[in-house]
Amino acid sequence: MIPTLRVVKPGLRTTIQDLGRPGYQRFGISVSGALDPVSLRAANALVGNPLGTGALEAAYVGPTLAVEAETVRLAFVGAHAAIEVLSDETALNGRKINPSRSIRLRRGESVRVSSLTRGAVLYIAVEGGFDIAPALGSVSTDTRGRFGGFHGRALRADDQLPLCNMRASDRDDYRFDELDVSPPRRLRVVLGPQRDYFSDGAIRDFFDGNFIVSTDSDRIGMRLKGPPIIQEGDAVFTSDGTATGSIQVTGNGQLIVLLPDRQTTGGYPKIATVISADLPALGRLSIGSQIAFEPVTIEDALALRRELLAVIAGIREKLMPIPRTGVEISARLRISNLISGVVDGRH
Amino acid sequence: MPERGRPPDEQLSAAARPREMQFDAKGDTGAYRILPAGDTAIVIEFGDSIDRNLNSQVLALAHRLSQDPIEGLIEYVPTFRSLMLHYDPLALPASSLTAHIVKLMHDLQFRQISGRMWHLPVCYDTRVAPDLDRVASRTGLSPAQVVEAHSAVTYHVYMLGFLPGMAYLGDLPAALVLPRLLTPRLKVPAGSLAIATTMTCIIPLETPSGWHLIGRSPISLLRWRPHPEALLAAGDKVNFAPVSLDEYEQLSAQSASGKLNIMPVGEMTEGAP
Repeated sequence: MIPTLRVVKPGLRTTIQDLGRPGYQRFGISVSGALDPVSLRAANALVGNPLGTGALEAAYVGPTLAVEAETVRLAFVGAHAAIEVLSDETALNGRKINPSRSIRLRRGESVRVSSLTRGAVLYIAVEGGFDIAPALGSVSTDTRGRFGGFHGRALRADDQLPLCNMRASDRDDYRFDELDVSPPRRLRVVLGPQRDYFSDGAIRDFFDGNFIVSTDSDRIGMRLKGPPIIQEGDAVFTSDGTATGSIQVTGNGQLIVLLPDRQTTGGYPKIATVISADLPALGRLSIGSQIAFEPVTIEDALALRRELLAVIAGIREKLMPIPRTGVEISARLRISNLISGVVDGRH
Repeated sequence: MPERGRPPDEQLSAAARPREMQFDAKGDTGAYRILPAGDTAIVIEFGDSIDRNLNSQVLALAHRLSQDPIEGLIEYVPTFRSLMLHYDPLALPASSLTAHIVKLMHDLQFRQISGRMWHLPVCYDTRVAPDLDRVASRTGLSPAQVVEAHSAVTYHVYMLGFLPGMAYLGDLPAALVLPRLLTPRLKVPAGSLAIATTMTCIIPLETPSGWHLIGRSPISLLRWRPHPEALLAAGDKVNFAPVSLDEYEQLSAQSASGKLNIMPVGEMTEGAP
């Protein structure tokens, strides 16, 4: 029998994502990939995977997953959430665990992830990864192109996600004590490429403004509400290339920050571009978050990129083993929860 | 066409290259600007309009970069009037990339380009062309004249974008130029043959669209088997070959079972306007 995670509840928009598929944009194929690639890597580090292994990206409301393998090791990194291990999928209550750790689960157990707070996305990595064939070198789900990941779409109830491993290894479980993956209050940007479509006054409005992430945001783009940023002259603009982090200005002066499922070309001028070091933070912003922009030079951006890469390179050094005695204690707690779960279920 | 058995990356890059691009020694490039798009991309902008001459420069530079790859350049994305380069600034500092582009631009000549020539079957039957009659009445032509005008032109692939494999083809005959629909449709079927402004395209996936639908094509612009591959590349040339509704349905069935193998009919060289 193929080991799987069965989707009991899919959550709001749970997709498989890795570090994306660069290299095909000239064919109109989006890069896709994790909104927060730092949290993705951290989740993979916890279960001992190569850091760019495909994992589940939950958005806003997490999934409930049932283990249909002998054992499985999962890890959770990203937004805050109540994560509960249930003795079976119908149990009302379970054993609560914190994010930023790994845990080994057995056949029949389920894990339930609540609504997310303090961030838009949470990554659920599985030891050994999902047994899914890459499309153009990546298992990322392209939500616009409807390919990659699990049948090119977000998870649905009763999906069976095939796993590479029938059972979890004997390795320790780990946690991160000091991993800052909180959403940002400001994003650093380099002006342009269409800086000259805007007056100095409009640029000042852009940097002075506070913007709120609007409800019509998705993996393609984040729409912001805020003071209108008015272009000079008429609004005719011939489509050109886009980047993740491009800040488009629509005809009525509203901003759209492009995200990994963006179109490879776009028809709005781009006042500025979020620097690469801040893209993981950009991906953490949830609907309703407030954000401001801060200008930096390309040299600053390069130094910040080096800093981020150093953090990523050192991520495994921050892993803290969870003592095995703790596992034994939690196993006892699990038994008591199992009993109370059964009682709850019958009344 | 790419050969079988090579890694998909190579096949896609091979498909990207307009073959046998030729340069006229008398040619010279116009003005261009290099603009930052963050710290991992730059835009080489030749102008700000949809123009064959500008697009020739874009494709000529893309061709040079594909022939002579530079370490740290991740990919290049041609558009109507600019070339976007995505790069790794730690492997290739922005200053080095800019210097490389300036050097290439110095002797870049682009008067003649050639691309693969395609004949793509399309069906203009009103049963799969919901806007054909309306386009006819708005342009003052008969539906047959719309079809004749649309299928008489050899189109140039300016760029791919919007959806995987979707090619922007131009220029539409002046008589068929119409603005987009005021209210876009929430869904148009995959394979829709569409026109808007000076462009025409085959829409590869079901999607919202504000374009006028004047037919349907049975072909897939993005093929997954035996390997992933975009059919068209920027610089290619396309003729539309009208087929009946019966033929369309037969070809669609073949396409769905992966048996419709559309091949380029040759190379086509033409002088840039």
